[in-house]
Amino acid sequence: MSTKHNERKTEPRLGIEGLSKNYLVRSEAIPALDGIDLTIEDGEFVAIVGSSGCGKSTLLRIIAGLETDYAGRVSLAGKSITGPGLDRGMVFQEHRLLPWLTVEQNVRFGLKTGYSGEVRKLVDEHLDLVGLSGFANAYPYQLSGGMAQRVAIARALVNQPELLLMDEPFGALDALTRIQMQQEVLRIRKAEKTTMILVTHDIDEAIFLGDRVVVMSSRPGRIKRVIKVDLPHPRDRGSYEFVKIRQEIYREFFKEAELPFSYAI
Amino acid sequence: MTSGSNRHLQTSLYVVQYFALLLILVVAWQALSDLGYIQPIILPPPSRVLATLWGMTTSGLLARHIGISVIRVLEGFGIAALLGLALGIGIGLSRTLDRMTGLLIQLIKPIPPIAWIPVAILWFGIGEQSKVYIIFLGAFFPVIINTIDGIRQTDHKLVEVARILEVSKSRFIWQVVLPGAFPTIMTGLRVGLMVAWMCVVAAELIAAGSGVGYLIMDARQLSQSDVVVVGMITIGVIGKLMDSLISLLEKRVITWKSVFSGV
Ligand SMILES: Nc1ncnc2c1ncn2[C@@H]1O[C@H](COP(=O)(O)OP(=O)(O)OP(=O)(O)O)[C@@H](O)[C@H]1O
Ligand SMILES: [Mg+2]
Repeated sequence: MSTKHNERKTEPRLGIEGLSKNYLVRSEAIPALDGIDLTIEDGEFVAIVGSSGCGKSTLLRIIAGLETDYAGRVSLAGKSITGPGLDRGMVFQEHRLLPWLTVEQNVRFGLKTGYSGEVRKLVDEHLDLVGLSGFANAYPYQLSGGMAQRVAIARALVNQPELLLMDEPFGALDALTRIQMQQEVLRIRKAEKTTMILVTHDIDEAIFLGDRVVVMSSRPGRIKRVIKVDLPHPRDRGSYEFVKIRQEIYREFFKEAELPFSYAI
Repeated sequence: MTSGSNRHLQTSLYVVQYFALLLILVVAWQALSDLGYIQPIILPPPSRVLATLWGMTTSGLLARHIGISVIRVLEGFGIAALLGLALGIGIGLSRTLDRMTGLLIQLIKPIPPIAWIPVAILWFGIGEQSKVYIIFLGAFFPVIINTIDGIRQTDHKLVEVARILEVSKSRFIWQVVLPGAFPTIMTGLRVGLMVAWMCVVAAELIAAGSGVGYLIMDARQLSQSDVVVVGMITIGVIGKLMDSLISLLEKRVITWKSVFSGV
């Protein structure tokens, strides 16, 4: 569908070096991120897990260019990030669709050019990609949570970004829909070959989707461990290797929270 | 099986609830008048008001006064809506413009339209213009202030989406800001039209020879309390109709959500 991966660069898709971020709360600096180093290669899928408030959203917002006040270096294909750009797409926890636009208009909203045959084709292709061709004229209030989130994914992908950022996109969905959406993401990734970063609370989701799982610790947010998931797709959540990686990640949280028997974070 | 007749019953109940209070009041008013508790000079009984209303309607007198007042109000409101929307959108989008105009708006807003009558006469004479100006003043502030407010309440989450997708300034205004502000802007227009209509009496204090406001003031001087009450009722009914019309328009335009209508 896209032609953007013809050029191969030696620079990593995303490079983060010594990234720190403080929030000013009543003229007091509260550290949100501290000394983050992370390199993400072209086409890679990185999942980030960490307890609430550890700075996952902050990290994604910095990469997206929504937060520009930070220390350290964040670069895309070697170029420093100074603001938002069409080379990055973002899906938020809430779908953030424009309530007054139809599904089709919402997807088109992100496209620069006017209404032409080419635009029509791009929008149709992406609605097809997320399996919502039949809902082009529906309004967001007429969609289920999962459908709305799919539209948000289509909107983020329609500009064919190099990097797709997803901040707990399925956090509000029920377990069954979430699993369905995870398979959807795998399918989209195979079709589009977009580099993806996914923030999630769901460790299984992180292992199911990620080439690597980044475990973060909180206050201040640091990268605690990066775990490689070297399993072929589709991954079996019940397989020995899967369970082993899950236990490894749980152990990271046990150490921090000292809750040896609780699996919840 | 009974759901059809149930719904029918419910509709009738709603109609009764809608009119009950008004009917009770009118009946009580008539009864108290008949019993001699209310002097006809202070407040004529409904029967006499109705007779006067009927007479004025059939003679076409009332329609003529209403027509003239409605035209004045539409003129004043039309100018206020255009100017209020344009300025409100400009001020809502620009912090600088907001800082520059804020104080002036705050200072002029509390001055009631009726206090403007002397200068209105000096500026525009005693013709139509000064009346339209008074009505304009009444409608202008609700429109501009609600427009600014609506734009200021733009959802920052949607603003972030627009930033990430690098949408153009014009698309941002037309597809993010204005639709989001639309309900608040409609409230401003609705209140503006209401106030404009309420100002018609004040406006027609200025050497008017016609209009509902004139009708009331003229009848007061002639001690025709029944005509005064007919004029007041007319203002109430026309105002209610205008309000219904504008909220119907609003519902027509807002197709993207279901509205909470109370429990
Ligand atoms: N605008 C802000 N002003 C001040 N502090 C903030 C702001 N945004 C975030 N923070 C703080 O920064 C820290 C990290 O927040 P962030 O939203 O990145 O966490 P998170 O990992 O995404 O949490 P969650 O999993 O609950 O979404 C938190 O302690 C939060 O209180
Ligand atoms: Mg978050």
